[in-house]
Amino acid sequence: MHKALQLEPEKCTGCLQCEMACSYENEAVFNPSKSRIKVFTFHDEGRFAPYTCSQCSEAWCLHACPVEAIVINQLTGAKEVIEEVCVGCKVCTIACPFGTVNYNSDSGKVIKCDLCGGDPACATACPTGAITYVDADHTGLARMKAHASQSLPKA
Amino acid sequence: MGWTQKVLRVNLTTGSVATEPLNMDWALKYIGQRGLATKYLFEEIDPKIDALSPANKLIMATGPLTGTMAATGGRYSVITKSPLTGAIACSNSGGFIGNEIKNAGFDMLIFEGKAPKPVYLYLENDKAELLPADHLWGKSVWEADRLLHNDHQDPLLRIACVGRAAEQGCLYAGVVNDLHRAAGRSGVGTVMASKNLKAVAVRGTKGVGNIRDPKQFMLATQTAKKVLAQNPVTGEGLPKMGTQVLMNVINEVGAMPTRNMREVQFEGANRISAEAMHVPRESDGKPNLTTNAACFACTIACGRISTIDPKHYTIVNKPQYMGANGGLEYEAAWALGSDTGVDDLDALTYANFICNEDGYDPISFGSTVAAAMELFEIGALTKEHTGGIEMRFGSAEALTKAAELVAKGEGFGRDLGLGSKRLCEKYGHPDLSMTVKGQEFPAYDPRGIQGMGLTYATSNRGACHLRSYTVSSEILGVPVKTDPLTTDGKPELVKAFQDATAAVDSTGLCVFTTFAWTLEDIAPQIDAACAGDWSPDKMLEAGERIWNLERQFNLKAGLTKADDTLPKRLLKEAAKTGPAKGKVSELHKMLPHYYEIRGWTPDGVPTTDTLHRLAI
Repeated sequence: MHKALQLEPEKCTGCLQCEMACSYENEAVFNPSKSRIKVFTFHDEGRFAPYTCSQCSEAWCLHACPVEAIVINQLTGAKEVIEEVCVGCKVCTIACPFGTVNYNSDSGKVIKCDLCGGDPACATACPTGAITYVDADHTGLARMKAHASQSLPKA
Repeated sequence: MGWTQKVLRVNLTTGSVATEPLNMDWALKYIGQRGLATKYLFEEIDPKIDALSPANKLIMATGPLTGTMAATGGRYSVITKSPLTGAIACSNSGGFIGNEIKNAGFDMLIFEGKAPKPVYLYLENDKAELLPADHLWGKSVWEADRLLHNDHQDPLLRIACVGRAAEQGCLYAGVVNDLHRAAGRSGVGTVMASKNLKAVAVRGTKGVGNIRDPKQFMLATQTAKKVLAQNPVTGEGLPKMGTQVLMNVINEVGAMPTRNMREVQFEGANRISAEAMHVPRESDGKPNLTTNAACFACTIACGRISTIDPKHYTIVNKPQYMGANGGLEYEAAWALGSDTGVDDLDALTYANFICNEDGYDPISFGSTVAAAMELFEIGALTKEHTGGIEMRFGSAEALTKAAELVAKGEGFGRDLGLGSKRLCEKYGHPDLSMTVKGQEFPAYDPRGIQGMGLTYATSNRGACHLRSYTVSSEILGVPVKTDPLTTDGKPELVKAFQDATAAVDSTGLCVFTTFAWTLEDIAPQIDAACAGDWSPDKMLEAGERIWNLERQFNLKAGLTKADDTLPKRLLKEAAKTGPAKGKVSELHKMLPHYYEIRGWTPDGVPTTDTLHRLAI
C-alpha cells in the first residue's frame, strides 16, 4: 500500500521547518531555497500553504523526460530523478502542471520530491500536523470525517 | 561551527562594501547576536558620541543558531547607540530576514558613516552593493517593500526597512522586516535613517551548514522541540492566544498600568484581550484574529494576524488597511489601549498597523500618547499645541489621529515623536513621564510586580520587560513561583534572569522559548552546533559578561547610578486597587543588594575584580 503526503494549509503557520528538513535531508544544509517543498504566504488573506509534488500516477514530468531520468520507485510510488542520468534540460519543469519540479543551478540537474524513500522529513518536522504521511488511498479521510460529523443528528 | 565566520562591513560615507573574518576569540566569549555585536560596538565607537551622528555605527547581527532547524532559530538583532536613551540599544526581531542574512553567508552586517544620499543595501549571497534609494525615501515601510520586490522582480527577497517616522526623526522608530516584524525599541530605526540607509534587501541561497556535530544537533533540537510542544504556555497558550494571553491575567493581579500609570487596573481590559480577538464581530461575522503565524523556524507561532472591522471608522475608503496584517501583541495592546484608556479593539489594531506601516515602536508611542493625554487633562497641553485634537484618556479618535501624525512626522506628531520624557520636559512636567533612561515602560506595573521595578531601573536599554522577565516567576511561576508583592530575593532573581536572557538573546533563539526552556535545554543545542564546549554554566557566565559589558558602555556614555531609578509616581503614589493596593515600588530595598551581588561598587560600577573574573 502506498502512502502520500497530505497537506492541510489551514494548520500551517509558515514556520518553514519543512523546508529546512527537506534541504537538510537532501543537501545536508539548512537551505529553504533548495527545498522540494515550499510554503507560500498569502499575506493579505493571512493564509499559508505548503505545496509539493503530488506524485501523479501518469506523471507529466516522467513522460516528458527525453533521457528517462525520472523513474517510479515501486516501493513508495514516488517519481524520482536519477541525478546521473538527468541532463538538466528542464523539459520536465515545463511539463509539470503544478511547478513542483525545479532546476537546481548549483548541480545543473532538476530536483523534486522523492518522499525521502518512504519517510518524508518534512512530515516529521512539521510542528502542527499540516503535513502528514498517510494512506495514499485516503488522503481525504480526516476531512471526510469532519464533514461526516456535521451529518449527525443534533444531540 | 554555527557561525559563518564572515562579517560584511559597509562604509556608507565612502560607499565601500567589504567582507572580513568574524573575530572568533570574541565569538567564543560573547556567542553572537546581542553579545557579540555589543563587543564590536564597544570596541569600535566612543560611547559618548551623538547617536545620530555619522560616528555611530549600526550592526545587524544573527546568532549561531539563526538559520538552523533549532526551534525559533531565526532571530536577529540591531545594535547601536540609542538616540532615545543615550545608552546601548539592542532590538531583537523575528520574521525571516535573520535567516536570509545567514543564508547569504554572513553573521553580521556593520554599517558605519553616513551616505551622502539615500541608499539601500542589496545583498545576494556574495554580491553586496549600495544602490540609490531616492525613489524609496519618503515612502512607508510597506510601500518601500513593494517597490523593492518590484524593482528586483524577486518575490523571495527579504527586506528590513525604515519608514517615514524614522526619516522624520521620531526618536523611537524601529527597523521593520517582513512587513510587520520589528527591531522595535530604543530608536534603532532612527539611527538607520540618520545614515541615509533606507533598507536592507537580502536574498541568501547558500545554506547554513557548518554544524559542529550534525547528528547531535538534530537530536538536541528535536528533544528541545518536544519540550516546547508539551509545555502549556509554549505548546498551547501562546499559539492560541498569543502574548495577549496576559491581558486579563496581569489586570487581575493589579499590575496593568492604566492611564499613564495613574492606575493599575483597566476596566476595559476584557474588550481588548486575546479572548476579545476571538469573538466574531457583527459586521462580517469574522473575529479580529485571522490566524496565528510563525517567524522563521518557530514551532510556537505566537504571532497574530488580524483584520480590522470593515465598518470601523478608521478604514473607511482605505483599502490598504482592509487585508490581514500584523495584529496586536500584548505590549502593543496595553500601550495603545490600557495606558491611553482606549478600549476600542479595532482602533488599537489600526494604530498597530500604522506603527508597522511606518516603523515605530507601539510601546513608546502609546506611552507617549498617554503622557500627552495626562498633560492635556491637567491643562499643560491645549488644543493649540495638539492641532485641535482633544487629547483625552479613552479617546480612540485622538489615538488613531496621533498614530497617523507620528507616522508622517506632521504637526503634533513631531512632539509625540520625541517620546514621553522630552514631551513632558517640553511642557513643564517631567515627573509625568513614565520612563527609565528616557525609554517608556512596558505593560507591567512595578507596584504590583516588585521584581519588575528593579528590572526596569537597571535595564541597560532603559525601561524594558525583555531584559529580565521576572513576570515569569512572580506571576506565572516559571521556573519557580515567587511572591510579586515582596522584594525578598528579587535582586537575585533579576540578576539570574538578566544573565540568562543576555545569553539567549545572543544565540539566534527567541526568548519566548524560556517559558519552557532553561539553559539546560538551550546549551546542548548551542554546543552541538558550535565550538567552545557550551554548558549551561558557561552560557550563564557569557550572559553575565554581556550584561557587564553593556553596563560599561553606558557608564562610558555618561550614565550613572542616578539613572537606575523609577519615576516618582511609582515610588510615591500607591496602587489604588487590586491585590497590590497600597503598595509602591520598593526599589530602594533591592538596588543596593543588586549592585552587591553583581560585584559592583555602591555606585553601580563593576569592580576591577568583577571585570577580571568575567575577562572583560
